[in-house]
Amino acid sequence: MDDLIGEFLTETNEFLDSLDQDVLGLEQNPNDKELLGNIFRLVHTIKGTCGFLGLPRLETVAHRAENVLGRFRDGDLEVIPEYVTLILESLDTIKFIVGAIEETGSEPEGSDDELIAKLDAVYEGTNSAAGGGESAAPAAPVEEAAPAEPEESIPGMATEAELEAAFAAAEVLPVEPVEPAEESVAAEEPQEVEAAPPPPPSETKEEPKAEAVKKEPPMTTQTLRVNVDVLEDLMTMVSEMVLTRNQLLQILRTETESEFAAPLQRLNHVVSELQEGVMKTRMQPIGNAWSKLPRIIRDLSMELNKKIELEMRGQDTELDRQVLELIKDPLTHMVRNSGDHGIEMPEDRVAAGKPEMGNVVLEAFHEGGHIIIRITDDGKGLPLDKIKAKIVSNGLATEEELAEMSTQQIQQYIFHAGLSTAEAVTSVSGRGVGMDVVRTNIEKIGGSIELKSTEGKGSTFTIKIPLTLAIVSALIVESAGQRFAIPQLSVRELVMASEHGDNKIETIRGTPVLRLRDRLLPLVSLDELLKLQREGSSVIDLATKAEELESEKESVVAAQPSEESEGSNENLEAGENPEDEANQEEASTGGNKQPLQNQYIVVTETGAYDFGIIVDRVYDTEEIVVKPVPKILRDIELFSGNTILGDGSVIMILDPNGVVRATGELDAADATDAAAEDHVAQTSSSQQKTSLLLFKIGDGAPKAVPLSLVARLENVKTTDIEHSSGQMMVQYRGGLMPLVPFDSSVQINEEDQEKPVLVFSDKDRSMGLIVDEIIDITEEYIDVQLTSTQSGLLGSAIINEAATDVVDVMHFLSATHDDWFKDHGDEAYGGENGHGKKRVLLVDDSPFFRNMLAPLLGIAGYDVTSLESARDALKMCDDGVKFDVIISDIEMPDMDGFEFVEKVRSDSDWQNTPMVALTSHATPQDIDRGIQAGFSKYVAKFDKDTLLSTLAQTLIEQPAQQEGEQQ
Amino acid sequence: MSTAASTKSYGLNDDSQESHDQSKDFLTIIIADQRFGIPILQVQDVLGDQTVNNIPLAPPEVAGSLNLRGRVVTAIDVRCRLGIEPQAAEESSGMSVVVEHGNELYSLIIDRVGDVLSLKDDAFENNPPTLDAVWREISGGIFRLEGELLVVLDVPRLLNTVHS
Repeated sequence: MDDLIGEFLTETNEFLDSLDQDVLGLEQNPNDKELLGNIFRLVHTIKGTCGFLGLPRLETVAHRAENVLGRFRDGDLEVIPEYVTLILESLDTIKFIVGAIEETGSEPEGSDDELIAKLDAVYEGTNSAAGGGESAAPAAPVEEAAPAEPEESIPGMATEAELEAAFAAAEVLPVEPVEPAEESVAAEEPQEVEAAPPPPPSETKEEPKAEAVKKEPPMTTQTLRVNVDVLEDLMTMVSEMVLTRNQLLQILRTETESEFAAPLQRLNHVVSELQEGVMKTRMQPIGNAWSKLPRIIRDLSMELNKKIELEMRGQDTELDRQVLELIKDPLTHMVRNSGDHGIEMPEDRVAAGKPEMGNVVLEAFHEGGHIIIRITDDGKGLPLDKIKAKIVSNGLATEEELAEMSTQQIQQYIFHAGLSTAEAVTSVSGRGVGMDVVRTNIEKIGGSIELKSTEGKGSTFTIKIPLTLAIVSALIVESAGQRFAIPQLSVRELVMASEHGDNKIETIRGTPVLRLRDRLLPLVSLDELLKLQREGSSVIDLATKAEELESEKESVVAAQPSEESEGSNENLEAGENPEDEANQEEASTGGNKQPLQNQYIVVTETGAYDFGIIVDRVYDTEEIVVKPVPKILRDIELFSGNTILGDGSVIMILDPNGVVRATGELDAADATDAAAEDHVAQTSSSQQKTSLLLFKIGDGAPKAVPLSLVARLENVKTTDIEHSSGQMMVQYRGGLMPLVPFDSSVQINEEDQEKPVLVFSDKDRSMGLIVDEIIDITEEYIDVQLTSTQSGLLGSAIINEAATDVVDVMHFLSATHDDWFKDHGDEAYGGENGHGKKRVLLVDDSPFFRNMLAPLLGIAGYDVTSLESARDALKMCDDGVKFDVIISDIEMPDMDGFEFVEKVRSDSDWQNTPMVALTSHATPQDIDRGIQAGFSKYVAKFDKDTLLSTLAQTLIEQPAQQEGEQQ
Repeated sequence: MSTAASTKSYGLNDDSQESHDQSKDFLTIIIADQRFGIPILQVQDVLGDQTVNNIPLAPPEVAGSLNLRGRVVTAIDVRCRLGIEPQAAEESSGMSVVVEHGNELYSLIIDRVGDVLSLKDDAFENNPPTLDAVWREISGGIFRLEGELLVVLDVPRLLNTVHS
């Protein structure tokens, strides 16, 4: 309450100053309606506020004065000097009381009966033009001179006036908006009059007690209202000053000895402080914009008979004032929406198995240079059917179009104009401010709004507001001769990469990666990302280089030093064999003349994952003024703004999140995968070691294949290789075995030479994969960190501390035998019933197995969806996605297979979907437990025959089972 | 958005045609020998050759950004927008006209700047329906001048139709 009173006092003091002027002006100009209206309004505001704050004495005076002013306004009373005097007198009294409140914290003792009586007399019209006015006028000085003890100066005289006052109060007050404080005043006064007319101060009796308790220092903090434009101008000037300072500091850096050094340092500090100070004038906690919300929610719950609780988190998150103003209304609207449309009636909630009390959570926090505001409710979510109907009836889309859209896409329609899902327009919603306005307002300030909603479970709106006008520190980098700023907030570290140092950039089919403390860090090259044109051809961007390397492999094949030495691009490719090392020496000695021999990697943190940005040069950290991107460039999501540097040039500010979106090779699941694994150090999945066979092709990165898939290793003489219908073959164990070179770089000479061949075998078929060299067999945790787009590779992992490509065996198998997987008694599914592919859900926390099994099942003709956790699967179940069969791993972190199957069986749409358990150690006890928990079948990992036949069998059994259940 | 009033495009409004004897001031600019007019109230500045910083990934008509007294100005290559061949580097004057649109400043790079003309409304005509589609989009109408025609450059439309 103290805050409110403080604010009230500040405000009232301001009002009073202008009121004095206005009233005097009114005296000069009695017919100035506008002025009168203004005075009336101010007095009314004072009255209203103090009624609310429980300041009865002040309120009474203001109220009576307002009555008189009201008659002026209505034109029934002429504005004559003596009345003006009376009004001024009232203002003085108000000032006096306000002053006393400021000092003591509560209203002073005393009564204003005389004044009130006079005001009432004028109001009632009993005081005709001159009569009472004359007698009242002289009394005024008394009031003013000794306001502290007014009640003593007029003990008996007041009786009549007192009565009148009481009547007036009784008459008028109930008409006013009913504030509790006011009621009590109204009730109190008549009593006093009846009981003891002369000593009126009883009405303030309670106040002095409080006063005695807290004798606080003056409550008003010294504030000054400043026109926002002044602040804006200040901000612009400070921005300019920051830039000039940066420029000066830049000059200073080039001068080793300068007498300007000390004063410039000082200037630097002062400017920084000034900047901070000016920024502070603009920053306000977001709680300011939220202050009205609890009340709105309360009113809403009363009106609609709902039970709603509003939880607010992160009120202290500071926001630029301008931004705050702009999001205030959208936020209010959205919170109101959540309460009105989102939260159900208590009985409906109970029926839906939710607590009676609906919950609306409003939170705000900073994330990567943005402010995120999230509104979550646990209500009924967006009614998809109603939205669809609305979309169709409003002609925004046709039924056919809707049928093709995802739930998410349909939900987005609520941001379209003219789509309100409320059935009836209540007093709280449907008043014209729709979600389209909300979105427009948010986008106006460069923000974005996202919506996630599950019918029956609630909705979440996420508003992301960038720092539009702010000074942030940023790292200035250069690529292809152009400079860019990267917000310091998202920069984790800087790494210098060179081919001789510890940090080498390695490539996997042209995709650059960096080994950073035993993790593979994906890299993006800024010039490639931004399609920057390099001057001269000395440096080739990575894409062309990858192609070149590829063509080199094809044409040159085995390392031929003479032909490779011309390429300066070698400095990015990690030399894997000693032969190449020599080349690199050459390349790098040539490269020394080039400034780009060393490259810098800006390790950047984002919400999704970390990555490195390859740049040519790193300058310095500078304080930059973020200016919004012009509207016509807003579609380029790589930039969050632009800024002017010390030298006056305009550069773009990179948005790391935008970079993620733009490069986005990793899908969300993989990204969270990597992130999760980062934190939960080596969870159960990666704790399973897998035996791997490592081999080598040419001079590329080592390749790995699970040993369990390899039947034998053979050395085949190149002279033994025969060709038949364009296919390499070898006679092997009395049959013909097709041979496939790993890729075109595998050199098959006509000379007598032995080549290692990996034999994969299945029943009576086998195939051989020709490689260059078998390196090793190792037991390792497989953690595929980068997925590959290249066919034949699953992705890359760190194996034996080297970036290694994990080979997709299935790719080669299906290359030789189109029908490799078709001979497993699983013909029952697929084409036969004409329903297309059967949908399989694969749940396995290990990316390796997911990547291994999904293609296998895909080749076998299933439509496979793979998920990394049971929770994701359950989420999908909630979304209403249907599958014909579910394959689940048993050992998974968070929720294991047993728990998952129990959840699915107990209560979900998938209750009747058959589930197959997958595990690496299938003991009879495990199998028993699995079957008991609800799994239909149990299969060991890597036993692909059994898996495929089990799947086929399960799918055949299932329809019959389901029919049985339905009856 | 305070500039909404001032950027209200001239010539789009049918009423303005009917009122005779009204005249409006235009800054004339010349691009590839064609005279254009920009309502004078929309013009903030006329600039000589400026250092323009390239913006990667921007649409081709966005020439880059420049710093005008501490404000970031986006440079638009009007030739490119109109589908006219770029000028040879040595011919280019690098002149540009700065306009404000939606609280943002844009500099329109043109060949050269001509006089300010006061044009009577009765010399105004709507776009010929057969005008090139790109031009029709950015033209707010035609003024008949003596010996030549002046195309009213509809700046808001010109800028709104630039998309990345």
